[in-house]
Parts: sequence; C-alpha cells; structure tokens
Amino acid sequence: MEPLSSEGMGEILSPPATTLGFVGWVRRNLFNGIFNSLVTMVVLAVLMAFVPRFIKWALLDGVWYSSGQGCREAGGACWSVVTRNLRFILFGFYPYEQQWRPVLCVGLFMGLFAFSRKPRHWNRRLLYAWGTGLLIMGVLMPGGIFGLDYIEPARWGGICLTLLLSLFGLTAAYPLGVILALGRQSKLPVVKSLSVIYIELIRGVPLISLLFMASVMFPLFLPEGITVNKILRAQAAIILFTAAYIAEVVRGGLQAIPRGQYEAAESLGLDYTLKMRLIILPQALKIVIPPTVSILISAFKDTSLVVIIGLFDLLKTTQVTLANPEWMGFSTEAFSFIAVIYFVGCFSMSNLSRRLEREL
Amino acid sequence: MTWENLAFRAWEKESMIRESSATTENRVSTQPIIQIIGLHKWFGEFHVLRNINLTVNKGERIVVCGPSGSGKSTLIRCINRLEDHQRGRIIVDNIELTHDIKKVEKIRAEVGMVFQHFNLFPHLTVLENLTLGPVWVRKIPKAEAEETAMLFLEKVHIAEQARKYPGQLSGGQQQRVAIARSLCMKPKVMLFDEPTSALDPEMVKEVLDVMIELAQDGMTMIVVSHEMGFARSVAHRVLFMDYGQIVEENTPEEFFSNPRHERTKLFLSQILH
Repeated sequence: MEPLSSEGMGEILSPPATTLGFVGWVRRNLFNGIFNSLVTMVVLAVLMAFVPRFIKWALLDGVWYSSGQGCREAGGACWSVVTRNLRFILFGFYPYEQQWRPVLCVGLFMGLFAFSRKPRHWNRRLLYAWGTGLLIMGVLMPGGIFGLDYIEPARWGGICLTLLLSLFGLTAAYPLGVILALGRQSKLPVVKSLSVIYIELIRGVPLISLLFMASVMFPLFLPEGITVNKILRAQAAIILFTAAYIAEVVRGGLQAIPRGQYEAAESLGLDYTLKMRLIILPQALKIVIPPTVSILISAFKDTSLVVIIGLFDLLKTTQVTLANPEWMGFSTEAFSFIAVIYFVGCFSMSNLSRRLEREL
Repeated sequence: MTWENLAFRAWEKESMIRESSATTENRVSTQPIIQIIGLHKWFGEFHVLRNINLTVNKGERIVVCGPSGSGKSTLIRCINRLEDHQRGRIIVDNIELTHDIKKVEKIRAEVGMVFQHFNLFPHLTVLENLTLGPVWVRKIPKAEAEETAMLFLEKVHIAEQARKYPGQLSGGQQQRVAIARSLCMKPKVMLFDEPTSALDPEMVKEVLDVMIELAQDGMTMIVVSHEMGFARSVAHRVLFMDYGQIVEENTPEEFFSNPRHERTKLFLSQILH
C-alpha cells in the first residue's frame, strides 16, 4: 500500500478558491445546502418576475411632472401627484408665499437632530443650541413680530404639524414617563396608587378615543369663552398616552437593577433624588433604550391619528390632495411618498438607538 | 518567587501584625461610637435578632462570626439602617437611628460599608466611584475629591486602574476599590459584610492585606467574616452569633484556645478542621 502523503508540505498555499471572494461568499451564504439552494432559486425567480416590471412602472414609464390628464395617458407611475402638490402635502394651508418659514424650521430641526446624534456632542452648548433653535422656530412659525405675518396655528399643516406633535410629544412624554415609573415604585401609598391608576387607565384606552376626548369632550368642561387650541389638546393627548407606555418600560429597567446598587448608594449617604439621578436611572434607562425607542417610533407614527380630529398632518394633506378630481386614483404613488418620509424618520430614530446603546 | 522570599514575607507580615496589635491596643478609647441596646428584629414572623447588646468603642476592631442564618449580616446592616429594627435602640456617633431619614443619611455618611458582592457602580469609572460620595454628599470640590481618591487608591495598591470601569477588574481588585470608595468618605466606622466570601481563593489575601493595613491605621471596624486568621491577628474582640443571639464574646486568644460554649466549640471544630 502506498503511504499517505500530503503534497506541497510546508509551502504557503492560498486557500481553495471556493472559500474566497465572490464565489466563496455565494457558496457560503446562498448555496450551503440543498434547502438553502432551493430557497435561493425561488427568491431569485420571484425577484426576476417583479423587479423588471416595477422598474418599468416606476421609472421607465413613470411620469414626473405632468397634469393629472397626462398621468392618465401614460401607462406608468404618476409621480406628478407628488411633485405637483408637494408644497401642499408638506405644508398644508400655510400661506404659499410664506412657506420659506416652515422650510427653514424643518431644516433647522433636522440639522439639530443630525448633530445631536453623537453622544460626544452632548454638552451645555448643544442644550443652548436646541433652546435657541426652538425659540427661532417658535417665532418663525406663528410670526406676528419682526414684520412677519401672523399665521394662526390652525393653518399649520403637513410635515410641520407631524414634526411638532412628535418632537414635543416625545420629549415631554419621556420625563413624564420616568416620573410615573418612579411613582409606581414609590413607598408612599398615595403616590404609588395614583401612578398605577394613571398608567392602567391610559393603557386601557386607545389613542383614538383619547384624541376624541381631547377634541370633543374636553372643551365641554371649560368655562364659557375659554378655548384651548386644538393642536395643543391633541398634543397633550399624545403626551399623556405615550408617557404611560414609557413608564412601564422604565419600570422594567428599574427592576433590572440589583438590590446591591440601591444599598451601595444608600450606604454612601446619598438621598433618594441623588441615588436615582446618579446611580439607578443612568443604568436603568440605558438598559431600556431599545424598547423605549420602539415606543417613541410607534408614537411618531401614531401622530398620524390626529387625522380623525381634523388636523392637517402629513397624512391628511395627502388625502385632501387625492380627493381632488384631477389626482384621484393615484393614491399608490402619493402614499409611497408618505411612507418614505415616515420610514426616514423611524429609521433615523432606530439608528440613533443603536448608536446610543453602543456608545453610552 | 522563591521560598526564602515567601518565608521572609510571611515573617514580615507576622511581625507587622504583632506590631499593629501591640500599638493599636493603646489606641482603643473608652469612648463608645456604636451602642446597641436590647435590639430585636423580625423578618415577618421570623425573629432574626434577639436581644442584642453591644458597645463598640472608637478604634476597636470586632470580628463577628457564626453559622449562616445566624443574623450576623443583619446585625451590621442594622447599624447603617439598610435594615430597620423593631425594638431596642441603636446609637451611632451620638445619633439615634429612627425613621428620620435625614438623620439616617447623616449616619450613613459616617459609616463605611463594604459588601460581599462589592456593589461598585458599573457605569462609572473607578475614580468616579470614589469621588461620587465626597462630591455629592460631602460637597467637596471635584479636584480635591479626585486627589483624595487617588491617595486612597494608592493605599489599596490599585492607583493605575483609576480610569477603568469596575467590569474590567478582577474580584479582588473590585473589593479593594469598594474599600477605597468607603474610605473616601472619611468614615468613623467601617462595616465589612463578608468581604472575602465572594472572592476566588487567591484574591482573598490581597483584600485581607488591605484590611490589615486599615486596622493598623486605627480604624474602627466591625467585620463579619469566617477568616479566622484575620480575626486572630487583628480583632480586639470576637463575637460568635447563633440563632440571632450573641452566644460568646471574647478576646481572640481566649475565643480560639478556650471557647466556653459547646456551640462555639462545635462551630470552631467545623470551620478550622
């Protein structure tokens, strides 16, 4: 029998071609077994059937800037519904020649948000920047001073309203939720039961009914002659609703902190406020970043429910556009556009959450 | 390390300990810092502490031992009111422990506590762990607190780890940081709740060494521990607890060579093999 031998002993060989490069990647990830190969084939077939058709519809035959009639004559996607009505979809009934103001506000907001994504930028200056930014937006949007025309909030609409409801909804709901979570853990029976009642009541009610209450029932309880802005009422409903959910998530985080952390903080002589602020909350809130961001994302999307109380947010302006006979029937294109806007918002939030988890 | 070296170090430590117990013997004053009078505590129906009477003088070092469940941890946790008591009085540094949380916080600042599981703050660096108490409770400027903290880190031989997070340290190192954290508050009393029982065997010594050094400085200490070598060399008094009572209380020499109670003898025979 011939002795077993290995060829090229001691030489440096490159690994077999099948494990390297594109071929290697394809083999490892797409064809590493009969079942996976089959799945790959099926998915490829489906993609081949639909992608070319989609490209033809959306891009090749798509109409980008025509009238409604032009759309109907062309066979493809009617993006004109978006481009022709862009300013109404984005800004609603905000006066046409004044729309540079919301553009500026949205741009300012996005700039601030992008800059705030990195935790190493978090310092006192950033806080001042946000304060100044919000002040500028607070002046620009309603106007009424510095020679700017006054635009009543009822005419704000589109993306401004969506961002306004989300930004203040989320930033106010978060601290309120934390306070409620602490209240639910409190040793004081009154504080504890009030928090529990609040959380359970709010969680037991859909947001739509809260919005209805805010818009229809709440004014009935106010004395004659006093009105509270409708946007403000919707805003309050969103804040109260989201806070209850955040409270429960934060409570989960608080319970995950070991008893020893409380005891170590107490044995240094820290009082309740310092113990929570310096030791417990920083750890608890970090643990619950992923579920908290989930709640914030769904709250962001839920702002579109204000449609039902007649506020002109992004969704409502789109619906109104589609109700125009000229553009009737092009809802696929219009809603795809809205979907992209919402996706960008949600995706940047979940990106932020991943970054925070990694860097904090 | 060679055998001669080891032997030399052992001798050095022996003499160090002898020296320390010789010198510190004089330092014990008759001024009580902790007085416990007729203390009772229940966990629900369970009577954990039964009529405990104990006076600890300034500079005194006490080791508390006993089988698990005998109430020794609960006893020292009562001293800074991590547990509240139902009957009897505890007076620490002339302040009686009551429901008054402000007084309790005052006492806690004066009483250092070292836990079995270290309980360092994992989201803060070692240095931040040490400066937290001084800065927020004692209101000491941050720079000054950091200076003090570095001094104490050097004292527990761990200064080079100041910028690390607790999770990056070994158990022994973490426990030394925990001791330094308590010391930074410049406490009048230090309580140790089984400080070495969660450690790997080879790390026990480094922690005990730090505690011995602390003893040499004349710190008032109450140590719940089964480290009988430590008790023998450092303690002024050894307490033996069982079923929530102090069964025997004696100097270490008497306690180990001539225990009076049957229960103590049984316990010692089990623990010393």
